[in-house]
Amino acid sequence: MSDYEPRIEQHIPRLRRYARALTGERTAADDLVQDTLERAWVKLRLWRPGSDLRAWLFTVMHNVYVNQVRARVSQPPMIHDDEAAYLPDRPRQSDMLEVRDLDVALKGLPEEQREVLLLVALEQLSYDEAARVLGIPIGTVMSRLSRARERLRRIMAGMPEGAGLRIIK
Amino acid sequence: MSKLPVTESDLHAYVDGALAEARRAEVEAYVASHPEDAERVAAYRQQNAALRALYDPVLDESVPERIGVRRPRGAGPTLRYAAVVAWIALGGVIGWHLQAYRTGAAPEPVGWARQAAIAHATYSPEVRHPVEVPAEQETHLVNWLSKRLGTKVKVPYLGEIGYALVGGRLLPGDSGPVAQFMYQDTKGQRLTLYLRTNRDDTRETAFRFAQENNVGVFYWIDRNLGYALSGEIDKQELLRVATTVYRQLNP
Repeated sequence: MSDYEPRIEQHIPRLRRYARALTGERTAADDLVQDTLERAWVKLRLWRPGSDLRAWLFTVMHNVYVNQVRARVSQPPMIHDDEAAYLPDRPRQSDMLEVRDLDVALKGLPEEQREVLLLVALEQLSYDEAARVLGIPIGTVMSRLSRARERLRRIMAGMPEGAGLRIIK
Repeated sequence: MSKLPVTESDLHAYVDGALAEARRAEVEAYVASHPEDAERVAAYRQQNAALRALYDPVLDESVPERIGVRRPRGAGPTLRYAAVVAWIALGGVIGWHLQAYRTGAAPEPVGWARQAAIAHATYSPEVRHPVEVPAEQETHLVNWLSKRLGTKVKVPYLGEIGYALVGGRLLPGDSGPVAQFMYQDTKGQRLTLYLRTNRDDTRETAFRFAQENNVGVFYWIDRNLGYALSGEIDKQELLRVATTVYRQLNP
């Protein structure tokens, strides 16, 4: 049992990367990582030996995160619907600025879209793995991914949202 | 060669490099002749690259000291440490509430756990008709019982720990229909898993153990279902199976 500790700890850097992108803040991200590790340690019995420990840790982190988001009821509501507009307030002049704007633009995505996008694009999980981590059907992963990418593209390009999005079937 | 139409999902799989080679070529050809989609694909690829450029540096940061797996306090030598860790990990599933188990004297089951023990005692000795629907018709069994209980039920797979599904049946319970699944090992030792819909507000409980004559029962509530695993086997072995059942239902 004791050798699980290093096995879990080797995933900390990736958990931190995902948490940083998800929360957008260093302290909140590290709190999320620590809460995840503590929960994972207690729930280790539920992890099936032989299956992907990293994917399981992301599952635990997702559950911890969702609970934290739910607990934030008294805070101003997030943007939930896909129609809400978000426009950057200044033009971008350099690549550096663009990368920093991405940070801000990510916050313009609803939580569930941001999670899917980050698991796929940043953490490079397969669609199937992302579906299992989030506990949703793969079709939902695809539709959230599609909406997240298009929304992010429009935010980054300073385009109004909603108009012109063509989903081909 | 008939080409499938290119879907939105194909475009994303193309961006993420998740397509098989043959399909990739087809999607590439499609994108080449659809400028609007080509523009989107390029933008999405740029997003992937930008996300990594922005957040990959986190991988190289030194991990703050406060981040880490917490060692249980007071852990002594390695062996004792391992035992403590094993116990705590187990606690994650069954809680620290095995009072009856630890004190040795198991209480008699009450309420629905007793119903489960009685159902076990009634049906497990059956030679010709142990179940209504045999394991060969597992899909039908699951659909039928899900329909009657009014919630989706799952049949845990216990083959890895030596118990094969025999089948299942529907039974009357104190608050509506209940389901019973039966398993047996190669020696013919049978276990039954009893499922009832949980109408209380309780979302989750720890494992509890009770004993009715020779039948031991581990029972717990998990979301909208109550589970009771019954068998005339050693408590440790029954706990091992109950833990596997729980894990199967909460992957």
